[in-house]
Amino acid sequence: MLSRTAANLYWIGRYMERAEFTTRLIEATLRLSSLSYGADAASATWESALAVVGRGPAPGQTAAPGATAFNVCRTLALDLDNPNSIRSCLSRARDNARSARNALSSEVWQAINRAWLDVGDRTSPGSVQHTLALIDSLKASSRGFEGALARMLRHEGFWFMRLGSAVERGDNSARLLDVKYYLLLPKGQKVGGVLDRDQWTAILHTVSARNAYRLFYRDTLKPWLVADLLLFRSELPRSVAGASAEVVDLLAEIGGRTGRQGEADRLARLRHSRLTDTNIDEVFRSGLHEFLKDYVAENARIDAAISQQFRFP
Amino acid sequence: MARRKAFDELWGQGAGETARPGFEQLGDWLRETPVHELARRQAMAEAAFRSLGITFSVYGDEQAGERIIPFDIIPRLFTAAEWSGLSLGLEQRVRALNAFVADVYGPRHILKDGIVPEDIILGNPQFCIPANGAVPPHGIYTHICGIDIVRTGADDFFVLEDNARTPSGVSYMLENREAMLRLCPELFAQLEVQPIDTYPDLLRDMLYSVAPRGSHSPVCVLLTPGHYNSAFYEHSFLADSMGIELVEGRDLEVADDIVYMRTIEGKVRVDVIYRRIDDAFLDPLTFNPESGLGVPGLMAAYRAGNVTIVNAPGTGIADDKAVYSFMPEIVRYYMGEEARIPNVETFRCREPEALRYTLDHLEQLVVKLVDGSGGYGMLVGPTASKQQIADFRAALIAEPQRYIAQPTLALSTVPTLTDAGVAPRHVDFRPFVLSGAERVTIVPGGLTRVALEDGSLVVNSSQGGGTKDSLIIAGPVQAEQEEQHALPYSR
Repeated sequence: MLSRTAANLYWIGRYMERAEFTTRLIEATLRLSSLSYGADAASATWESALAVVGRGPAPGQTAAPGATAFNVCRTLALDLDNPNSIRSCLSRARDNARSARNALSSEVWQAINRAWLDVGDRTSPGSVQHTLALIDSLKASSRGFEGALARMLRHEGFWFMRLGSAVERGDNSARLLDVKYYLLLPKGQKVGGVLDRDQWTAILHTVSARNAYRLFYRDTLKPWLVADLLLFRSELPRSVAGASAEVVDLLAEIGGRTGRQGEADRLARLRHSRLTDTNIDEVFRSGLHEFLKDYVAENARIDAAISQQFRFP
Repeated sequence: MARRKAFDELWGQGAGETARPGFEQLGDWLRETPVHELARRQAMAEAAFRSLGITFSVYGDEQAGERIIPFDIIPRLFTAAEWSGLSLGLEQRVRALNAFVADVYGPRHILKDGIVPEDIILGNPQFCIPANGAVPPHGIYTHICGIDIVRTGADDFFVLEDNARTPSGVSYMLENREAMLRLCPELFAQLEVQPIDTYPDLLRDMLYSVAPRGSHSPVCVLLTPGHYNSAFYEHSFLADSMGIELVEGRDLEVADDIVYMRTIEGKVRVDVIYRRIDDAFLDPLTFNPESGLGVPGLMAAYRAGNVTIVNAPGTGIADDKAVYSFMPEIVRYYMGEEARIPNVETFRCREPEALRYTLDHLEQLVVKLVDGSGGYGMLVGPTASKQQIADFRAALIAEPQRYIAQPTLALSTVPTLTDAGVAPRHVDFRPFVLSGAERVTIVPGGLTRVALEDGSLVVNSSQGGGTKDSLIIAGPVQAEQEEQHALPYSR
């Protein structure tokens, strides 16, 4: 497979995953803001959504006024000036897909193309009803993409797209947990205090893990258990551990096919074994934020090693 | 202006009542299928094309972005007899074209014998000096030819243009058929249509057959300018259906006159390049140094015989307008027989008698610049203003050698779905001829382009033309059906 094609496919995986994550983030935030009382609470909710994708106020700055549902939905979903908006992600995924089209099944191509056509040239999210309708269609598009992917030939192209989405997924979950955990922490309260259960529900909603939580913990919503679920339960595809394990497996799969193993494999295995050797208590002792920050940095190193290993242009 | 009544492919000179012999079933189908049903199916086809991304980009029009080429649901038909006549003529013409290009970049017999004037070749901007003296593997130059054919009567087919460089449109031929099979299955149940879906296999066989000698399992790639190119859909479609890599210039590199592509497993040697970029962009070391589309050193690898370039550099000389006018002589010279499909009558204004005739009949002729393309530098006499005719007259007298003139043809029409119901629209036809090391193959079909405006002769897709499926009916001898074995289901 051409190196350029492999890079395109890897990034299709990343962009499609990022688009889906952002879709779910908007959905969960809409739900949360409709439960919050007062304009300030709603505004804080929307600001936290921006912070997750790195578009919140800079450290030490107060939030700009106007973090309304409409504005934030527009920024997250449709704004082409935001390189990580859903529309930007779909547009870049489609660009890559066009360029690597002969490495994709026609179903995968069509799924990406349809998602892109759905968003089209929309620039306004419209009313909440309209936003929800857009979200539903975007979620259906994601399912369509994953369904098409599942039926694709198991060759390098398939593994590279999956690799991209696994790398992206771990990153997204870590960001979500990092921002939400600290934003939701009431002033003066220690980590692990009692927090609004609706807000924790919103986090679980974002990673589609509401039922998983009940299944694993059979408990009321406890922040450290939510953190445990998002970090360590590899049964949950969107958990940090789940994504890390997948990166190890996918790299091994590609290595088995191409005979190319190297730094990316080593880093991914190392990271995964560190994750399995630790637990939530240790993480809280040494600091959740530091732990997540390290994880995101490690993820970027693995991403760079993948580029080098497969000679991405 | 009263329009001449054109020959209709389905109804002949009739008025939509009696189909020509061999076309009865299509006539019945068209009469029996209500217009709103045709419109519904056509809308479905166009929606499918959009969803599949079967699009072309329009240069210099960012807003327009990607468009689909309008698709017309009413197919065009050729009888087996019509097709066999055409395909013999096409094979003859392409063999002659190949012999001609090999000759002009080699011994130049045809120039020495005075059949084609030397200055028309050696002074031609399409004459590719870096290709001179280089013999491509197996001696084939124009591996893929798209020959544009027009028709004016039941037996009157003419070649309008020989596209011998990088002809496009074959993906539309294939996708149009897929759409028709889904949307009009009843038509295919009635007609014995010859299949065209073997085209990618035939193309692949041809590419493999022309690999440089000595390579056992050749690596073939399709070289595209990238996904902003207007024909990118076709490039990816063809690479995909052949199972070969779709590469851009930056994926290739040349070392010691050998071409490699960059893969995740390292460098892989490339034997055959089906290029869809023009000569001028192939190799910045030889041609346009500004271009980033090509591969530095590619021409040296080609001249060393280490890589086959399809179509070979320099084939543009074969479809030049000035050379076109000599095709009857060229066919006679290399094939020893008359051209089976004639040229459109062409007056070479460099010849005094032709110039005189042209000047006397400007109102009836189409006058073209020999090195113009895409409708530039063209006079369409019947629709031109007095001023335009006067301007062309002056230009012709000043530089007659730059012009050719042709009569305006009453192109045949095919029933087409329009806003006002089914109506005749002018068409042309582009079949695709493949020349491999051992044989010439022509898939039984081609791209029919249709002018969607009433009376218009402009079929070009960038100017609003559309396409139709072209059905070639099987002849009396049918391929034997393979025996089918049905496997029983278990409960």
